[in-house]
Amino acid sequence: MTGASILRALVAALAVAVPVSCFTSTGWGQELVEDFGAEDVDRVMVLRSTTDISVFGPVVDAFLQLRPDLKIRYEQWGSNALYRISRQDCRDASSGADVVISSGVHQMVQLVNERCASRYRSRLTEQLPEALRWRDELWGITREPAVIVYNRELVPEIDVPRTRFDLLDLLRPSGTPYAKRVATYDIEESGLGYLFAFADFQEASTFGALQESFGRTEAVSTCCSADIIRGVAEGRYLIAYNVLGSYAQAYRQQDDRIGIVLPSDYTLVLARALMIPIAARNEAAADAFLDFLLSSEGTFALRKALLISPLLEVEDGGEAETLSPTALRPIGLSPSLMVALDAMTRETFLRRWRATFPGP
Amino acid sequence: MPEFFRRLANTSLTARVALGIALLLVMGGVFVSIAAFAYGREAARSAYDRLLLGAANDIASAIAVQDGAPVIELPVSAFELLAFAPDDRIGYRLIGPGGKTLTGYDEIVLPAGRREIGDGFFDGTFFGEPARFAVVSRRFAERTLNGTVKVVVGQTLLARNEMALDITRKALYVLVASGFAMVLLAAIVVRSVLRPLESIAGGLSMRDPHDLTPIDTSVPKETTVMISALNGFMARLDRQMNSMRHLISDTAHQLRTPVAALRAQADLFSDETDPARKDQIAGRIRTRSESLGRLLDQMLSQALVIHRGESVRREKVDLRDIALDVFEEGDHAVLTPEVEVSLDLGEEPVIVLADGPSLKEAVKNFLSNAVTHGRSPVRIGAALNGGKAEIFVEDAGKGPDEAVMAKLGSRFARGSVSRSSSAGLGLAIAHAVGDAFGGKLVLQKGPETGFKAALVFEPAGEAAT
Repeated sequence: MTGASILRALVAALAVAVPVSCFTSTGWGQELVEDFGAEDVDRVMVLRSTTDISVFGPVVDAFLQLRPDLKIRYEQWGSNALYRISRQDCRDASSGADVVISSGVHQMVQLVNERCASRYRSRLTEQLPEALRWRDELWGITREPAVIVYNRELVPEIDVPRTRFDLLDLLRPSGTPYAKRVATYDIEESGLGYLFAFADFQEASTFGALQESFGRTEAVSTCCSADIIRGVAEGRYLIAYNVLGSYAQAYRQQDDRIGIVLPSDYTLVLARALMIPIAARNEAAADAFLDFLLSSEGTFALRKALLISPLLEVEDGGEAETLSPTALRPIGLSPSLMVALDAMTRETFLRRWRATFPGP
Repeated sequence: MPEFFRRLANTSLTARVALGIALLLVMGGVFVSIAAFAYGREAARSAYDRLLLGAANDIASAIAVQDGAPVIELPVSAFELLAFAPDDRIGYRLIGPGGKTLTGYDEIVLPAGRREIGDGFFDGTFFGEPARFAVVSRRFAERTLNGTVKVVVGQTLLARNEMALDITRKALYVLVASGFAMVLLAAIVVRSVLRPLESIAGGLSMRDPHDLTPIDTSVPKETTVMISALNGFMARLDRQMNSMRHLISDTAHQLRTPVAALRAQADLFSDETDPARKDQIAGRIRTRSESLGRLLDQMLSQALVIHRGESVRREKVDLRDIALDVFEEGDHAVLTPEVEVSLDLGEEPVIVLADGPSLKEAVKNFLSNAVTHGRSPVRIGAALNGGKAEIFVEDAGKGPDEAVMAKLGSRFARGSVSRSSSAGLGLAIAHAVGDAFGGKLVLQKGPETGFKAALVFEPAGEAAT
């Protein structure tokens, strides 16, 4: 066992024990760093990502098996902090990362709009659907649905909400047992939560009603994915709304107290965005890494890491929900996402949110 | 360069047409490309400017006033509108009443001097890339907020350039297609134009060498010129050949009689035993030979006249010079010294368009007729008479009989005249000369003046240089 793999095992253990993703958010900056690859290699590619090292590590390993001449320095960041540092690097023209992967796709779109990304084109990138690439500078590499998670013991089968309307119905009665026991992201804290909420707001009128119901039943807004999911498993919350499916599924593989529902009215699908900063020092390696992620080996590795969610595949069987393909709403990489990041729009949106969740 | 032009003159018609069309296509291509690109740019500009303006208006209408300050929730629809240019960066900036940026990119700077001007478009840059911006203002007159909020929305130019190039490309496709059509059409036209020429050439080369009949003139109008020139040439050739033929038959006819007479006299001479009669016969033979010699001279001069009349270029000739030349040659003084010949020339030049040697032959014939058959004195002269130019020979005699006069001038007026002498032939030559140069032979018998033979022409005016 090499030093690196011991460390990785340690981190993986840590990730399960401690809610790592709870650091995500308010600008703590760089959270964890890990080096992958042989020690005697000089070429280092710096990868900054919002994805937990424990989740993405195997994918990096798979890449390095094909490229033993490379070392990858994996830095795990919160999405807001990653956005800030990337923007700073871009304005200073200083080379920080070679590859940036973030779930805050609106922030990535903004970075590309500000000419922070370098262009790359290959056979594989051209095969991506239009919605998953922009300007040949930004690519969506994962497919992760936003799901509803519920506690299988405490929520009777008949109550399990299949759609947002079901959820509204559950919350409507005045003495509903679900009052104060529905959780969702605190969108001020979590960039991902904000993105999902904003996408919901764009997608359907249900969101207003849902928000109103959340407020009336004193729903809980909190940070972060792991925290919320564990809360549901432990029975503190009965239902969690708009949780990232990849995390939920990873959790359920160890703890089957939770159930997962893909809302059948529509399910948002997030594709984490990858960009190669314009000042990247090791651009060739970054291009190769991108091509790897889009190749069949890379897709397979991402799928094993649940980043390309098996929940979205109809033939998966088991407990996976079958969805009509039209219900899937990918959050496309387009300049419209810049709206989400507009300071004044965000302020207006958050003000309305705060009115719903007066805070602890 | 002259080398080039000479080669150009030898180039085939097909090559000329090809060259012309190639030039046309190249020039047309350049022109159409420029025009299409200009049009395409304009079209793309106006199309995408509308998108920009739509988005800006969309955003402007979403501005609300809250607690005395403008607030906005950016409409996604505006950005979706802009996303019709899928790969272009988007810049926007909302400028509040105080000139303060409410939201968006501070980097976008309004062009100087435009600060107070209202809405419109301007070109600028966005993060170092050329971009186009639209400005829309919205005025607020509320209790809490009074002023103008400016919305600036801009976009980089990728989609515009792409569209402009696309339009240009399509125009060029059309041009290339029409170019091919033109080349094809030109090939067909050239072939069909050249076909009559080929058939003419084919017809000519198939012709019998003696066939000088006109070529069929059912050819395109443009080639008629060539055909009629060709036919004119052949007609001339035909006339000359006919003249030659006539000359030969005339000669044969005219020589046969005196030669037969000579032979008969020679026979008589050898059969005769009486020396006195022999002398008489010898004298007759001499007379006959002399007249045969004159006849030969005249036939040669007729041949000369016929030949020259058809083939020689006309030039300005002063008839007085002709008369003088004939007079000074003085043949008559040697042959018939007993006849008195005088020269009668005016002061004015008598200019006609004709051939000098031919005229000289004709006048010589008049003179020899006059000294042979007329009566002394003989006058030779040239004058302008009643607007006509004439050259004449006049004697004091009565001239030939009325019956002979009627036949004179014709080539066949040999009759009684030619049998004994060559006067008929001489007049025929004069007639032919007159014909050849657009004049005519005039024979006059006056009661006082005697007999006058003249050639009358239209005088060559000063204009007919």
